[in-house]
Amino acid sequence: MIETTSTRGTPESTLRNEENARPAGAVTPRVNIAVDDTRQSRAITSVKAQVENLNFYYGQNRALKNLSIPIADKQVTALIGPSGCGKSTFLRCFNRMHDLQPDTRYEGSITLHPDNINLVGAGIDPIEVRMRIGMVFQKPNPFPKTIFENVAYGLRLRGVRNRATLAEEVEKALRGAALWDEVKDRLQDSALALSGGQMQRLCIARALATTPEILLFDEPTSALDPIATAKIEELISTLRDQVTVLIVTHNMQQAARVSDYTAFMYLGELIEFDEAAKIFTNPSKKATEDYITGRYG
Amino acid sequence: MASTAATTSNDLVSRSGLRYRKIRDRIVETFLLAAGLVAVFTTLAIVVILLTESAAFFEHVSLKDFLTDTMWTPLFADAHYGILPLVAGTLTTTIVALIVAVPVGTIIAIYLSEFASHRLRETVKPILELLGAVPTVVYGYFALTAVTPLLQMLMPELPGFNMLSAGLVIGLMIVPYVASVSEDAMRAVPRYMREGSYAMGATRLQTALRVVVPGAFSGLAAAFILGISRAVGETMVVAIAAGMQPNFTFDPREQAATITAYIVQVSLGDLPHGSIGYQSIFAAGLVLMLITLIFNVIGFSLTRKFREAY
Repeated sequence: MIETTSTRGTPESTLRNEENARPAGAVTPRVNIAVDDTRQSRAITSVKAQVENLNFYYGQNRALKNLSIPIADKQVTALIGPSGCGKSTFLRCFNRMHDLQPDTRYEGSITLHPDNINLVGAGIDPIEVRMRIGMVFQKPNPFPKTIFENVAYGLRLRGVRNRATLAEEVEKALRGAALWDEVKDRLQDSALALSGGQMQRLCIARALATTPEILLFDEPTSALDPIATAKIEELISTLRDQVTVLIVTHNMQQAARVSDYTAFMYLGELIEFDEAAKIFTNPSKKATEDYITGRYG
Repeated sequence: MASTAATTSNDLVSRSGLRYRKIRDRIVETFLLAAGLVAVFTTLAIVVILLTESAAFFEHVSLKDFLTDTMWTPLFADAHYGILPLVAGTLTTTIVALIVAVPVGTIIAIYLSEFASHRLRETVKPILELLGAVPTVVYGYFALTAVTPLLQMLMPELPGFNMLSAGLVIGLMIVPYVASVSEDAMRAVPRYMREGSYAMGATRLQTALRVVVPGAFSGLAAAFILGISRAVGETMVVAIAAGMQPNFTFDPREQAATITAYIVQVSLGDLPHGSIGYQSIFAAGLVLMLITLIFNVIGFSLTRKFREAY
């Protein structure tokens, strides 16, 4: 059902050949998207969350169909697919955002390790889930507060009152989001005065401040210019060391650049899941190849 | 004719059509401008009349007496023209009204905007707005015959006419305005901002108080200012329930007259045109206008200061 890494047969050397000047005699790769091959190609050694037969319903409408996929710990997993394929819907299952809408229903499980709790289980409080799983949205959405208070928001919700602790954590989060140097002198200014890219990094800092176990990104750069996008992508790559990242993106190059694993979804179903390097160079499904080569979507 | 023109040249037809359109546009534009100017000229006329009649008033009464004398007895033999008692009465009833309307209105708005189901909101809001359609004279007698006796059970020494009862009822009266405008302001806070808060693990109440209310601050300020303007300008309730004796006090338990109550009281009598009593109405009206103007300026600057850029 899932193409896991067992089918991975592409040697490192082949990948590198594609990156560099291609020898005339070499086999032309089927897909021509640059993959960051400095990353080690490896099997999922540690699973942070296991999605098992997940179905999701908006009323009668079944939006996600029997999804099963492992989310690798401290790695970046990208969800790609055409508009309306359910990738954002899937992402929002992880922090139970759908619970804010009436008449929605989950079936199956997303088991969070190592505690083995089912994130979409009926007995699990969505607020508890959101306390542990952060999210960054498509449109930068800082709160109408100061820069400092935006980052401190989650900490305050968790009852942190000590000023020194708050200041320390806020600085740490802003550094983690590569924003500290730009805002350290104006922490008391309104967050709404920042540029779009800075706002988005502020939102990342806000999410990082509470040290989430998984950080969800819902098309985080689609409202940003190329330079701001590059900064966010670079940031996501560095975040890999501290947090498990799940990112939805429309941009195939972005998925190829930032992700370790990639899942291709279509019409609510998982078509293919594999290492990013494999998906973008040698996908095993025709539909995947058609999508990433731009034949549709 | 049109057909012959069409056979000879399409240009001719379209050009005459264009001219017709231009004339029609000009007519509509003039009409709209005239409609807009009616409002502008009415306002200007009011200001001019207030100023000229007040000028006549101030020929008899010095500005110093007007602003510092603590007695307002223009119709008595021993006439005093101190506006302070009327201003005090106006401010006291307004403050009492706001103490009711601001918290109640805001709480209703938070509930309707953040907690109520869509259906409940769509049912309650029109009903709430209907309360604004009740004639104020009804509220006045409600204050006098229902609220005052009720208050007297708690405070036996409370006089039959008092500012407390009038203020409370004005407060109730403006709750729908405050709630409705506040609710609109909160609903205008975009959904993605709420989602950002929920995603951090916030509850509905935390999201409402920490994100939605600050986000809607400019709208809330506008709602409060609108409420103040209504309370300051309210006439019937205070005229009926607060008594009509100008009384320099800020104690809401006492009876007093507000600026509006004085104006309605005097204009009901048969004062000769041009008499000082007649002119005093305009002086009082001018003060009333200045008070509302000050509040509107404060409200406007607050709105500008806190306008959020989403």
